[in-house]
Amino acid sequence: MAPLLEITDLNVVFQTRRKALKAIDNLSVTMEPGEILGFVGESGAGKSVTGAAIMGLIDPPGYIASGEIKLKGRPVADYGTNLRGKEVGMIFQDPLTSLNPLRTVGDQLAETIQHNLDLSLTEARNKAVAGLREVGIDPDRFNSYPHEFSGGMRQRVVIALALAAEPDLIIADEPTTALDVSIQAQVLDLLRAVCQKRSASVILITHDMGVISQTTDRVAVLYAGRMMEIGTTSDVIKQPRHPYTKGLIASTPVLDHVSVDSTLPQIPGAMPSLDALPPGCRFHPRCGDCKPQCRTTTPIFENDIACHLFTGASA
Amino acid sequence: MTTPMVICEHLTKRFDLSDPWLVRKLTGMPKRELVAVDAVSFEIPRGKTYALVGESGSGKSTIARMVVGLMRPDAGGVTIDGHNLNTSQDAVSLQAVRQTLQMVFQSPYSSLNPRWRVNDILLEPIRAFDLISDEQGQNRRVRELLDQVGLSASDAAKYPHEFSGGQRQRISIARGLASNPAFMVCDEPTSALDVSVQAQVLNLLKELQRELGLTYLFISHDMAVVRVMAHHIGVLKHGRLIEANAAETLFRSPQDTYTKTLIDATPKVMV
Repeated sequence: MAPLLEITDLNVVFQTRRKALKAIDNLSVTMEPGEILGFVGESGAGKSVTGAAIMGLIDPPGYIASGEIKLKGRPVADYGTNLRGKEVGMIFQDPLTSLNPLRTVGDQLAETIQHNLDLSLTEARNKAVAGLREVGIDPDRFNSYPHEFSGGMRQRVVIALALAAEPDLIIADEPTTALDVSIQAQVLDLLRAVCQKRSASVILITHDMGVISQTTDRVAVLYAGRMMEIGTTSDVIKQPRHPYTKGLIASTPVLDHVSVDSTLPQIPGAMPSLDALPPGCRFHPRCGDCKPQCRTTTPIFENDIACHLFTGASA
Repeated sequence: MTTPMVICEHLTKRFDLSDPWLVRKLTGMPKRELVAVDAVSFEIPRGKTYALVGESGSGKSTIARMVVGLMRPDAGGVTIDGHNLNTSQDAVSLQAVRQTLQMVFQSPYSSLNPRWRVNDILLEPIRAFDLISDEQGQNRRVRELLDQVGLSASDAAKYPHEFSGGQRQRISIARGLASNPAFMVCDEPTSALDVSVQAQVLNLLKELQRELGLTYLFISHDMAVVRVMAHHIGVLKHGRLIEANAAETLFRSPQDTYTKTLIDATPKVMV
């Protein structure tokens, strides 16, 4: 079967007055149909920019400098206005800003369905009712406004909206960051179940390894615009190889934390700004396993990892 | 035995949700009230962390606002370091209490004045309480505060927008420390931050507690964060404290089903 999404050597550049900043640096990734792929990393890693590039939403001063993004074998640009909504659905972080506050949720859903699927208003409304039921919202709430829903319920509406035009791919950009932890699990389970039923693939963007392990099949770890490691979620979580991945996993608070008197493992320092990238490996100033060559040469991405600790070992 | 740092007794807050008076008279609707906090009592021992956990709308932040005196309780009272915040009329002793009590807010983006330099932000509490008057002493104190939270002295001349979210939260904490408080209220201090930055900020708070003997009221909706931070935990639901215990005991054998639900909903990093 052909891959659903193929990103090859993608470079996204933001032109500033002083210099051109590479927000995405040579990113390549493929996705199979029905797969849930996670992008994980700290703020500024390039997770959201990757999502925006797939959606054709990179606006000046940003542009795609080189590389290719193919959806079902065709470049994304070929889809024109059908790309957003019909081919790729999007779920944003804050459900309150992605819904129109002046129109009922049913109306918004029906309009999206009618516009994309070319149905009559009655058919679209019926489909909208079914869509709300699918995400666990009582169809009696069809005529309610977004402000009448709680955060978790709103995000359910947004999921229904993203699925309305029956896309093959959903990009969920931090879909649960604005929600309580107790609601987060419900929304993620729902997203997973509904997409499985519709055989839609999901790109899940998050900074939380807990969310990754709960939801995704495969995970790509990004740092300062580069892919650091990719693998099946179980492999990466059980045996993380890259020191950055290890740090991300260790710094996630867990319930079996030993005692209040011990500290949480942390990654020292912060992600470098794109206009002041360190030479060599971008992660080396924060890395506990730094070797001399890490300071001078950039590790090549091979065998699903970009780290000097692993290059040469298996090649 | 020493007295607890903070004692909250039967704290209650009601919000009036009624329609306007005229509408009520015309339609004959009764008054409607929401009991946001319902007779909540707890104590925080000196140098320890008490965590309030609950979902949105459970009354966590309302309690925090009452504890720091930003909101008056409808019933009950708060005693901090022996001074009752609500009955004490003595302005001088109230001022003294306020100095020992500081707050760190959830969003480091909206809680720092974007037009002030870090220097001015940190000096505000020092000036307000008239702690250090000479300029040299003030500068020294600002450098010391920045150093305590892991920032460098040169950061004093910068504006908040020049910092990342985690660094801003460090500035917030430094501002909290400026008046030498004994008690800090942290209202979801890390929920706007990346997980890796969250670890840094939580560790900083723990380190400061060890060094300065601070007492914390820590508010969160994340059981895993609470596990790392708290000595004692109170679980809130619809404004009521439904379970309160020492952290170890609460996690080992949660009594209430709601507490169990909260613990179960916490994501685990494993496959």
